[in-house]
Amino acid sequence: MSTASLARSEYAPENRSWYKRNEISVTPWLFMAPAILFFLVYVIIPIFQSFEISLFSWDGLGPREYIGTENYVELWDDPAFYTSLKNNVIWLILYLLAIPAGLFIALFLNQTVFGIRLYKSLFFFPFVISQVVVGLVFTWFYDPTFGLFNTIIGWVGLGPINVLGDPTYVTYGIIAAGLWPQTAYCMILYLTGLNAVDPEQIEAARLDGAKGWKMLWYVVVPQLKPATFIAFVVTIIGALRSFDLISVMTNGGPFGESRVLSFYMFEVALSEYGFRMGYGAAIAVVLFIIMLFFISYFLYSMYKDERGR
Amino acid sequence: MFPTPIQKTPRRWQITYQSFLPLALIMWLLPLIAVGIFSVKPEGDFSAGQYWSLPSTFGGFENYGKVFFQSDMPRYLLNSLLITVPTAIGAVALACMAGFALGIYKFKLNLWIFFLFVAGNFVPFQILMVPVRDLTVDMGLYNTKTGLVLFHIAFQTGFCTLFMRNFIKGLPYALIEAARVEGIAEWRIFVYIVLPLMKPAIAALSVLIFTFIWNDYFWAIVLTQGVESQPVTAGITSFNAQFRAAYHLMSAGAIVAALPPVAMFFLMQKHFIAGLTLGAVK
Repeated sequence: MSTASLARSEYAPENRSWYKRNEISVTPWLFMAPAILFFLVYVIIPIFQSFEISLFSWDGLGPREYIGTENYVELWDDPAFYTSLKNNVIWLILYLLAIPAGLFIALFLNQTVFGIRLYKSLFFFPFVISQVVVGLVFTWFYDPTFGLFNTIIGWVGLGPINVLGDPTYVTYGIIAAGLWPQTAYCMILYLTGLNAVDPEQIEAARLDGAKGWKMLWYVVVPQLKPATFIAFVVTIIGALRSFDLISVMTNGGPFGESRVLSFYMFEVALSEYGFRMGYGAAIAVVLFIIMLFFISYFLYSMYKDERGR
Repeated sequence: MFPTPIQKTPRRWQITYQSFLPLALIMWLLPLIAVGIFSVKPEGDFSAGQYWSLPSTFGGFENYGKVFFQSDMPRYLLNSLLITVPTAIGAVALACMAGFALGIYKFKLNLWIFFLFVAGNFVPFQILMVPVRDLTVDMGLYNTKTGLVLFHIAFQTGFCTLFMRNFIKGLPYALIEAARVEGIAEWRIFVYIVLPLMKPAIAALSVLIFTFIWNDYFWAIVLTQGVESQPVTAGITSFNAQFRAAYHLMSAGAIVAALPPVAMFFLMQKHFIAGLTLGAVK
């Protein structure tokens, strides 16, 4: 870059315009301006506004009333908040199963037999469908009168279980539905990763007598690290963003037992339960702070990567 | 290759694998296959309680006909299209420019701005919900497709910029230097040198954003309300209310709503997967 600007100042005449003289330092800002503007207005500034709104009592239309930390105090004693928080933790932990499950399916499909490309696409299929449709499909799948799930467990003499109507099972039932597309996503990440695994290392390890689990754990998985990192990021984000499935399958029920923070926030701020924007914003702030832990970790890993280049 | 190629294993294994493959697929897609079968069953099967028998007659034409001609479904599909396409164009355009700036130029705040886009991309929607809804109402864009499109463009710009910047970083920098030595203006470098090289990234991103936005549900119910602007993901709830307990029609509706991104995926598979797995390989 320095050679380029040197060359320019030697040959160009003295009285160039301000833009011409500063072209290299100004151009990136001109190119970024629209993206930064949009992103500031719709993403960055609203985050701070939410923090502010969480200190008010506001129905979204009338005047706001400043109430300090009262929303947070109320949150502290709100049993629905703890139910949501507990469910969020369950989501986070169980959703991570998508990563080993995806790896397992990827290993299963990492062959070159006739029609394998079509198999891979069809296994990936659930990820392309909207979560709303996945939710509907699984609602019918779990239906206690005719659902396939109860038909199948009926064959072994169990059930019927009304999965989505039972407070103990409901969250697990919804997570199972969510794992379906998420596993497909992790699978495709690992299939791409497996493609790039160094065949020489595999052969060398094979000569040394490694096979099966040992080969997988000590030779293959370390090489899949970038894929695992992305799978981890998207799975965590997906778990904390879970909203569509809950809204479609149970609407938070029964008795609010399937709520998570993202759903509870929506319910408080924008549904028939009332328009409590301030309280909703307070819940959103808590969710944001949980997410911030993960975001910092992701950014830190990326930063180390950038430095390493 | 890992696991061991099936061709190198005993014949017995090969046959087991080959026969297990379709079985595993059927199990994997079982809930979906069930809905597919539901959608071509005639109404009579359901009233007779024949949920899991094969369709007594083929009711597909009638069911899908009803979805297309006796419901608001076509309207919702059109709305989805009118929301999705402008968003994809807008977000990809903004990201091409921002990605160019962040990928090519070295300046102090470069990494900070890049990380701002990345971090914003991970934020929970709920922290944006109240202010964005408020802003949209204030601009008079509540319950319009424009309001939804503007937000989607802004939010997707985060992911798209991450994608584009990393892609442009991978281009040979010598090209840019050569052009500068020739005295070519910076914007011309973008238009004539970088942009043509970005075509695969643009294709991959467009397909991905199309799918993401088509499948969005949260913002659709936060920023829109009625049939005149709601996309199909939100519309399918009212569709299901209209045909309550008519499972053959609800199934057909669900399939219609899911189809466009599926078609997009199968048509543009290579780009789609390239986009989704960017970074999965070093």
